[in-house]
Formats: sequence, structure tokens, C-alpha cells
Amino acid sequence: MAITLSGDQAIPSPPLSARLTTPQVWGIVMLAPYLLVFLAFVVYPVGYGLWLARHPASYVALYHDPIFARAAVNTLIFLLVGINLKMAIALFLSGFFAQQRTWIKWLSVLFILPWAVPSIPTILSVRFMLNPEWGVINQLIFKFTAEDGPNWLNDPSVALAMAIGVHIWKSLPFWTLILMTGRLAISHDLYEAAEVDGASWSQKFRYITWPSMQTLYITCTLLSMIWTLGDFNSVYLLTGGGPADLTHVLATLGIRYLRLDQLSLAMASIVCALPFVLPLVYFMMKRLSR
Amino acid sequence: MKLPSLREIGNEAKLLLIGIPVLIWTLVPIYHMFLFAISPKEDAFSGKLWPAHPTLNNFKIVFYQEHYFLRDFWIQFFNSVVIALSAGALTLMIATAAAFSISRLRVPGGRWVMNLALFTYFIPAAFLAVPMYRTMGNYGLLNNHWSLILAMVTIASPYAIWVLKQASDKLPVELDEAATMDGATTLQLFRLVYVPLMMPSLVAIGTYAILLAWNEYLYAFLLLSRDTEITLPVALGNFLAADDSPWELLMTTGFIYALPPAAIYYAFRRYMVGGLTAGAVKS
Repeated sequence: MAITLSGDQAIPSPPLSARLTTPQVWGIVMLAPYLLVFLAFVVYPVGYGLWLARHPASYVALYHDPIFARAAVNTLIFLLVGINLKMAIALFLSGFFAQQRTWIKWLSVLFILPWAVPSIPTILSVRFMLNPEWGVINQLIFKFTAEDGPNWLNDPSVALAMAIGVHIWKSLPFWTLILMTGRLAISHDLYEAAEVDGASWSQKFRYITWPSMQTLYITCTLLSMIWTLGDFNSVYLLTGGGPADLTHVLATLGIRYLRLDQLSLAMASIVCALPFVLPLVYFMMKRLSR
Repeated sequence: MKLPSLREIGNEAKLLLIGIPVLIWTLVPIYHMFLFAISPKEDAFSGKLWPAHPTLNNFKIVFYQEHYFLRDFWIQFFNSVVIALSAGALTLMIATAAAFSISRLRVPGGRWVMNLALFTYFIPAAFLAVPMYRTMGNYGLLNNHWSLILAMVTIASPYAIWVLKQASDKLPVELDEAATMDGATTLQLFRLVYVPLMMPSLVAIGTYAILLAWNEYLYAFLLLSRDTEITLPVALGNFLAADDSPWELLMTTGFIYALPPAAIYYAFRRYMVGGLTAGAVKS
């Protein structure tokens, strides 16, 4: 796939049989370490993984495993709801953070914290906040209403929603920052001209901001989709896939099968995701290797 | 002095109406973690927003390893440091050499390698984890720090090569030509011209790889298992194994674990924002 991609754009390079100059020999030597890493830790594992997933029986077993179907649906919900919500908020907040105010500058410094700190301690912190007995949320609910709060992580849909929330909390700053750089690149004259013509806030967004940010926004959304597919931490550390394995996504399901020693199922579940991942990857590579 | 008009006040109020929820949303999980770290056990579990008796005792327990879950804290901390630094250094060496080779020496097939690397960058890391685990087993590297270091290098280098290639494409070719005219060998060109000019990007990439390896949980918990060999995040995850986990100690350890990356991030923010986010998404 990568080969066909580079085909039309590659700088015509002389055939390898042509005499190599000294710098080119050095070039090969300096490229060799990465090629070795690539062969040993990408090509071999991927090939080995595909080989492990070669039995049709694994796919039949997956098809009959209700947890797999549930995980596939969860992954779709996670992607569709989580990413669109996240990107919409990021687009909105990028406008907020693009405002020239001292206090907003300071706020943006703090705002980046979720992205700067590792996810494990903060996700575990949220996990305890949601603890039905000891968590601060239910204790506050009890204090104000004298009623017990819900058992947050024991309801699969609420638990999945919370995992999506954790994912958004963690990655929102990054995307806001990226969209903000896109916004700051828009010429200010456009807005001033629109202001003179009496354009409303929504008109300015519709006719100036959105057209110039469209491409960036879509690129970000696709990239975020690929990365979110691999988001293991948000689900695993918050719910552990529970209750009753109902909140797994594809990223955690593979690991679950691995832990149950069902390696071929683990690989087969990943192979099932490839038809969705590869087109996205292809599209992103076209975008980035321009 | 001009008094702010009604419209300006309204604007400011609207901005505050966005800013305050954003601030609360951002800080609550971190504040909650900090709160646990400075609370004695009774206060931590009482749901108070500020402990009645704030204490640093939890930190003392962690630092002196005075709890069953923390008996290997310093070794695990040290493991995290060694793995993060090694992964950072190795990534930097491999990626710089590769970017130099592709961008400056225009090695045949360089573009091809670039695309393969980019392809790897887009495979979700959690998908590669399962085959990677088996591969490390086949290589006999399981429960060895090298397995995690090499896995992190594999994951970090594609992006590193891509960013470094973008940056080095911007250096004028005349520099290389002039140096070669003066009789510089390829290695001298690399050492004396290329690396010094690429310093800002190298700092950004080194930091990126170090943070990636320090923060990694999934691969660390798959590839390492002995208590004296795991990294801090895996140790944090292991707290959950018990029903009566000492959450205040878990949060304290988590807080200590989160400090170095946050400090590094803020210290190198200038480089990170310029070098990484600009390269992350090209519109």
C-alpha cells in the first residue's frame, strides 16, 4: 500500500545497480538501524500476527462471542459520539483561547495539563471519584439530597459514557491547541471587513472561520479516529472492561483475549478492525506525505 | 480613563462563563489526586473538598517504602527513568541518522522508507501490542527492560523521523555543498553541520520520546511482570488488584509519577509547541 502510494510522487531515483557514491553508501548505513528496528519489531510481529489469525475458525468463534459484538458496538459509539463531541468542543474552545486576554493566556497554560500529565494516575483519580460509596461525587450527592447516588461504573452505558468522558478530558487540550493554530492563521482583516459589513457572529463563523478550517478539522477528526481506536487506557483503567465485560472496546478486547490465552482470537479481533483502519491510514498518509 | 462599555462587560462575562467551567473541568481530576496525596486516610474517604488535617505523611510513606504495595518504589522509579532515557536516546540516534540519510543524502528508496514509517505511525499502538508481546516472547526478551525500550523506540521513531525529515528539508542544500567543497566527509557533515542546526527539533523529539516511554502503560504491563522490573505506571495499576487498596498512597505515588513529565513539558513547552504540534497535523 505504501509502495503504490509513493509511486506517483517519488523522485525518480537511479536503479540500485548504478554505482553508489560514498554519501549514498553512508546513507544506507545510517538508514540501516531504523530498517532493522522496522523489520524486527513491525514487519515480523505484523506478519506473525496475521499468520496467527489465519484460521477461519477464529472468526466463527468471534462471530459467536457476544462480547465481541458488544465491543464492536462500543467502539463505534466511542468513535462516533466521543470524537465528534470532542472535536466540536475543541473547535468551540479554540475560538475561546484565540481571544487576546491575559487571563485566557494563563488559563490555556493550565488547560494543557491533562495532556501533559500521564493518564494512569488521573484516570484512577476519576475512578475513585466515581466510587459509589467513598467517591466524592456520591458523597456530595448524599450531602445535598440525602439520597444515594448511582453506582456509576456498574451500569454499562454510564460506564462507557464515563470512559468517553475521560478520553475527552485527556485529549481535548491537544486538539484545541491544534485547531487554535489553524484559527490564528486566518487573516484578521477578513473579520474586520465582516465587522464593517455588520456580519453576525454566526455569519462570521460560517463564511470565514469554517471555510478556512474545514480541511484542518477533517484531518484532525480522522487522525483522532485512528488514535482513539488504540485508546486502551481510558476504558481499561476506568472500567476494566466491566461490568461483565460489557464496556470493552476493540483495543481492550485484544488484550482480554490475550490474557485468557486465546491468542488467535486476539489477533482475529484486530484483523476485523483493519477494514476500517486501513482506509483511514491510507487517507492520512496521502494527506501527510504531500 | 475610559470606562468599559456595557457591550465589553457583556463580552467579558460571556468569556468568563466559558472559562470557569473549562478551568473546573480541567482541574478536578488533578485536584482530586492532589487532595488524596495530602490527606490522611480518614479524610481522604470522607468526601471533603479540603482535608481537616493536611499532611505530608503519605509522601513519607512512599519515599520510605513503608507499605506492602510500595516496597519496591525506588527500584520502579529508577526503572521508569532508565527506560524513558534509553528509549529517548535510542530513538534520537536512530531517527536522526535516518532523517539525515533520507533528507540530506537522498538515499535511494528513502521516500519509500519514509512512507513505511508513516504507516507504522498510524497503526494504533494497542493493535500492535498483542503481536509485539508474542514477538518479544519469541526473541526471549520478555521481562527484560530491553523489550520495553525497543518497543518504545519502534513506536516513537516513525513520528520522530517524519518530524526531523520535515525540519531538515528546510535547511538549504547550499550548506551541505559548501561543507563538501571544503572537504568535509559525510560523517563530519552530519556531526558538525547537521546536528547543531537541527538542535531545536532534536530537543523536541528527544522530549517526545522520553515522555512517550515514561507514560506508557499498556506495553509496560504486557512486557514486564516481576515486581522489581516493572515501571511505575504498572505498579500503580497493580494497586487495583486488592479490594482494600490504599487509595491515598496510590494517589500520592501517582502524583509523584506525574510531576516529572509535567515539569518537562512545561520546561520545553516552547520547543514542544513549535516542533511537535505544528508538525502533527499539516492542513
